[in-house]
Amino acid sequence: MTGLLRIEDLSVTYRTEEGDVPAVRGVDLAVDAGEVLGIAGESGSGKSTLASTVLRLQPSSARVSGSVRVDGSDVLTMRWGELRALRWAGASIVFQGAQHSLNPVRRVGTQIAEPLRVHDPRATDDTVTSRVGELLEQVGLPAARAAAYPHQLSGGQRQRVMIAMALACRPALVLADEPTTALDVMVQAQVLALLSGLVRELGVGMVLISHDLSVLADMCDRIAVMYAGRVVEQGPAAEVFEASLHPYAGALSAAFPRVGDPAARFAPAGLPGDPPDPRYLPSGCSFAPRCSRAVDACREQVPPLEEKRPGHAAACIRVGEP
Amino acid sequence: MSAGTEARRLARRRRAQSWRHGWREFRRNRSGMAGAVVLTLFVVMALAAPLIADADGLSVTRATGGVLESPSGAYPLGTDDNGRSVLTLLIWGSRISLLVGLLATVISILIGTTVGLLSGYFGGWPGAVLFRLTEWFLVIPFLPLAIVLATVLGRSLVNIAIVIGVTSWPGTALLIRSQTLSIKQRAYVDRSRALGGGHGHLLARHVLPNVMPLVFANTTLTVAVAILSETTLSFLGLGDPTRVSWGSMLQDAFQVGAITTGSWWFIVPPGLCVVLVVLSFTLVGQALESVLNPRLRERR
Amino acid sequence: MSLPAAADPGVGAALEPPAATGRPRGYGRYALGKVAGSLASLGFVLVVNFFLFRVLPGDPARTLGRGRFTTDEQLDAFNETYGLDQPLPQQFLTFLGNTLTGDLGVSLRYRVPVSELIWDRLWPTLMLVGTATLFAALIGIWLGVHAAWRRGGPLDRISTSASLTVYSMPEWWLGLLLIAALSVGIGPLPGLFPTGGLRSVDADPSSLAGVLDTAWHLTLPVFTLTLAYLADYALVMRSSLLDEIGEDYLTTARAKGLRDKVVRNRHAVPNALLPTTTVVALNFGFVVAGAITVETVFSIPGLGLLATEALEVPDYWVLQGVFLVASAAVIVANLAANLLYGLLDPRVRT
Ligand SMILES: Nc1ncnc2c1ncn2[C@@H]1O[C@H](COP(=O)(O)OP(=O)(O)OP(=O)(O)O)[C@@H](O)[C@H]1O
Ligand SMILES: [Mg+2]
Repeated sequence: MTGLLRIEDLSVTYRTEEGDVPAVRGVDLAVDAGEVLGIAGESGSGKSTLASTVLRLQPSSARVSGSVRVDGSDVLTMRWGELRALRWAGASIVFQGAQHSLNPVRRVGTQIAEPLRVHDPRATDDTVTSRVGELLEQVGLPAARAAAYPHQLSGGQRQRVMIAMALACRPALVLADEPTTALDVMVQAQVLALLSGLVRELGVGMVLISHDLSVLADMCDRIAVMYAGRVVEQGPAAEVFEASLHPYAGALSAAFPRVGDPAARFAPAGLPGDPPDPRYLPSGCSFAPRCSRAVDACREQVPPLEEKRPGHAAACIRVGEP
Repeated sequence: MSAGTEARRLARRRRAQSWRHGWREFRRNRSGMAGAVVLTLFVVMALAAPLIADADGLSVTRATGGVLESPSGAYPLGTDDNGRSVLTLLIWGSRISLLVGLLATVISILIGTTVGLLSGYFGGWPGAVLFRLTEWFLVIPFLPLAIVLATVLGRSLVNIAIVIGVTSWPGTALLIRSQTLSIKQRAYVDRSRALGGGHGHLLARHVLPNVMPLVFANTTLTVAVAILSETTLSFLGLGDPTRVSWGSMLQDAFQVGAITTGSWWFIVPPGLCVVLVVLSFTLVGQALESVLNPRLRERR
Repeated sequence: MSLPAAADPGVGAALEPPAATGRPRGYGRYALGKVAGSLASLGFVLVVNFFLFRVLPGDPARTLGRGRFTTDEQLDAFNETYGLDQPLPQQFLTFLGNTLTGDLGVSLRYRVPVSELIWDRLWPTLMLVGTATLFAALIGIWLGVHAAWRRGGPLDRISTSASLTVYSMPEWWLGLLLIAALSVGIGPLPGLFPTGGLRSVDADPSSLAGVLDTAWHLTLPVFTLTLAYLADYALVMRSSLLDEIGEDYLTTARAKGLRDKVVRNRHAVPNALLPTTTVVALNFGFVVAGAITVETVFSIPGLGLLATEALEVPDYWVLQGVFLVASAAVIVANLAANLLYGLLDPRVRT
């Protein structure tokens, strides 16, 4: 079985002057066509690194091992020509922070049109223009906005442009990396609704990355929770959110109550301590120092990611114990 | 009271620590270290000039060599049009070139830092006026202004330093201004203002210590520019006519037609010395800058 | 699609067609502001000029005439012609009036109006500096782009250290070396280029041969200035491209499947060119200043040589005129740079 996206034992380490930063450590993930996978985790847990590696966009300082297959072909070893063909036409990315992801001196229409022309050299000006208009209207912007420069758009509008751009070549896979951070809450909800609507309508497979477990619970089929570069829990969206197995996932779902649940909004959600520095990870389970349920055994061995319920895995030796 | 001294001691220790750390960083910067070594050699040469080259060699009347003799055992770098040893001139010339460069830098840095500090620190119209003034001075082309000033003031060692100093400060002022602005933004200056420190106190205790490292790095870059300027002004005949500097040697060489006679030993060494010294100052300045500003470090 | 357009606060406004006719108002405001700023600078330069030539010397006629006037009558006549016997404010007004009507005095040496002299000498300078700027900008930008894009690579290391070295070199000394090597010749090698001047004595400037002759004369000076400017532009272009290299929009461009070269040329370079264009335009303002030493070394009869000649006399009014033109050139170039920047950067333009 090939599947749309298969990530196996992926590790990414940044080489820096201050030492190696293991940002992703042995991750396995799978997304099938039309499926939406959510990835949750604190800042610095390696979500963006993971997403950029799928299109081999990691900076040259990164050392990568493992395999990433999109539609069966290995992204990490394919030739440049193949890779360029895969980029955007096979899989596209909505980047974190649309503020800076658009070129400030080019009109947004031109930027949306660019992948269309690159991936279909025979496209005529007319077809490209009408496709750009169609895409803009799909994301709720008038076609005339194609003539605008990024600075003339609001944050929400820019994010819509990014989404339109990501859908331009009708990719089978869209990676959305926190598409709504830096937007205010109202606009966040609109953009998310737009994105999930489009994904279902077009039958696109998606990886949706967010800090916010409740957003993922609403939009995804399955959720993977990352901590310090590892997947610590993975399972059906509702189950991960409402009946999490790993103590970290539990803390996350408490930290971000479901949207529109006023009672839970101010629930004490604090998780003690800071996210760990990936350069100096503790031995054993990397969550142990912050975990209220940790026992000595947790600090000795890295707990494997095991299926604890059907289709629901967690990397914690304390699951099921009192 | 005791809390204040304690805090001050802490601050001093932290500063000493950061200097030490800076020196370690600096030593890792190879081109900066190379520049520092070359500069040390030149400074030693300038200081030791009376020991290694007889001052009599500067006198036109007591010159012993022939006109524009090519290098030989007696005159390792040949002679000039008056029969003086070029090597002797070169060694003594380093004193004037370095001295004028340093003097001009002191003037330039003093004006630039003062204007920059004040225009950055004081908002409102006084700051705006100073800023405007800086911008205007930036617009006036250096060489024509220097020529005019040198003509008006007369030709002497101090005057040429003044000319270079008063024409080269605006760059420093802009730099210091922007740094001061960003320091002002930082919380602790606000806090000590709330505690009622006067302007003088704030400038001297908080702003100045924080811009000092930058001033320091900028100084070495300014020396480079000042020495270049001294050479050019002397070449145009605006230097002190009674002293030998690298620039005045080149002026001599040009005027007596050392080029057409092929007397390369009179043209190449002084210019080479200028390039070496200026390049070294620039490299040291860049190294200092990158130690102080990690963002810059990545790009060199 | 599903979402009502008006829900997003920005979208309603977006329905208005973008301003398509004429230059948008934003740019006009911006340009007017810049013009006003330049006028203020010009005023400042006039004041400095007045101060330098009439206040600082104390007794300008004596200081700057330096032994030129043998009798008191001559001195008085000089003072009267230039209104130097009047009170300072009055003098300033006279000076303003004269300058604005193009009356810059008469050269003590050539006995012709300074404005005529300057006009005659302007063209060689413009030709020299214009050509050098063009070459230097083209080559410098190319070098800067390639050095930055492969940072730390062989080209980067060579071009950066070469730039720094040239940067540390008085450009006229470089000129002297070139003359020695290529005009006089080394050892058995003959000289290939003339040692100076703008044309051979027997050349007819209007014929093709004359034009080629001038080009031949200008080769070394243009080469010298090109090298000097080149270093500057290469460093500026390199650092502004390095500023762009970490930007997210380049990752977007790469993610779209563009070739590395396209990412560089279509996305990174246009953004990095903005600051570089400004520097090039600004530097062009230092046209007179930059030409002074090189024209002296190559004896090219331009404004720069005019200034150094005036220095020997000293030719009071010529120096003043050249100073004025040199400063005005910087201001004009400054304005041009700002206007250009506004045109190139949509964030300013619209
Ligand atoms: N280019 C880089 N060089 C070195 N370290 C990096 C680089 N990019 C990211 N890192 C480090 O890798 C780790 C993971 O970063 P990443 O951006 O993938 O986290 P993230 O989960 O996306 O966080 P956020 O929610 O803040 O976006 C962090 O510790 C980060 O500091
Ligand atoms: Mg991220």
